[in-house]
Amino acid sequence: MIAIIDYGVGNLFSLRSSLDAIGAEALVTGNPEEIRAADKIILPGVGAFGDAAARLRENGLDQVVIGEARSGKPLMGICLGMQLLFDTGEEYGIHEGLGLIPGRVVSMKGVIPETYKIPHIGWNGLIFPKNRETSPIFKYIENGDCVYFVHSFYAADCKESVIADTEYGALLTAAVQKDNVYGCQFHPEKSGKVGLSILKAFCEL
Amino acid sequence: MITKRIIPCLDVKDGRVVKGVNFLNLSDVSSPVSLAKYYSDNGADELVFYDITASAEGRALFTDILTEVARTIFIPLTVGGGINTVEDFDRVLKCGADKVSVNSGALRNPGLILEAAKKYGDQCVVLSVDAKRVDGRFCVFARGGRENTGIDALEWIKKGIANGAGEIVLNSIDTDGVKGGFDLEMLEAVCEFSTVPVIASGGAGNIQHFVDLFTRIPKVDAGLAASIFHFGEVTIPDLKAELKKCSINVR
Repeated sequence: MIAIIDYGVGNLFSLRSSLDAIGAEALVTGNPEEIRAADKIILPGVGAFGDAAARLRENGLDQVVIGEARSGKPLMGICLGMQLLFDTGEEYGIHEGLGLIPGRVVSMKGVIPETYKIPHIGWNGLIFPKNRETSPIFKYIENGDCVYFVHSFYAADCKESVIADTEYGALLTAAVQKDNVYGCQFHPEKSGKVGLSILKAFCEL
Repeated sequence: MITKRIIPCLDVKDGRVVKGVNFLNLSDVSSPVSLAKYYSDNGADELVFYDITASAEGRALFTDILTEVARTIFIPLTVGGGINTVEDFDRVLKCGADKVSVNSGALRNPGLILEAAKKYGDQCVVLSVDAKRVDGRFCVFARGGRENTGIDALEWIKKGIANGAGEIVLNSIDTDGVKGGFDLEMLEAVCEFSTVPVIASGGAGNIQHFVDLFTRIPKVDAGLAASIFHFGEVTIPDLKAELKKCSINVR
């Protein structure tokens, strides 16, 4: 059973449907007991970092997620859910994240050339870093495969955890892993077969 | 490197896909769910659904169909047609849409763009504009291209972006349905200032028209078309193979 954490941020319909499509049993829940009982956890999210972090804290779910992740349970953050895994987010002020992966989430403004539009919207290729073993969540896909991004902020100062970058005027963090904690900046539930393959590999961990 | 997107557009009326030629003469094509799956399996980067139904029954039918589509395919879905209020955004987002396209609704209530962008984020709000040359300038048309609002299209788009529109679909009524190629002149005028992605619509008749679009206007992010895809005149794999040959980056 995979718990998709429902904390009132974003639309979980597609994520739920994509797990159904790969035959994974999933439960959309904000109940700590159900989250603890699950084999794996997905932390979704769209919107602003500070607001989402506050909501997670409000419901006490931040401690549940941190506790489960520290116990070794596979956790995947998606889009803003991925950004929340880091120490801090610098969107409209500096906000504290879950601190499960070292790094900070910053604007791509000033990092990418001015001719590049923000948000970074569309299909872009995954670049696996050299000198690092391919992450188990990428076992069914290949270097260069395209996935769907929609974001204005990205994770920086997290080089040791990067399992894929994407090129958008600069190399931007596309996916991270630290032990049992995974994060995808892109939307696997909107990335066609490649995205479903990533979710499938996560479900098989 | 980010890829150029190819987007089939499905006009849906009473639960079926139709495509108007110059917005009139509708002809039934196929089931939205099977078409959507076909496109998703064959390389479409995104799908746009326009609900052109006027009745409440038709609208309910549309949301049912949309839910079924969103359960079946896993690429971004944009929904437009009949979006007049934030509640309409809510209605289609709950059915699995990722972005919502506003057109006449924003003309009637320009505050809608800002309100929706604040609630759902800029990335969720697509401003769709039907524009046509009138006396040497581009004018915005409402009601499916039937009514000249007299509003300057370039000013309207600038205002829309300032209010939080995250993408622009620019549909040229002058080239729509004619299959003589995209309206490069109009697109260039918009791409010159747009800080958000611009999706070209109206006029695609063959593969070369997409090649022309992306080579002549590198700032355009996506090309949208309907009938040439629905009737199989152009298949997306063939189109993408040709784009690749011309060094245009596609998925």
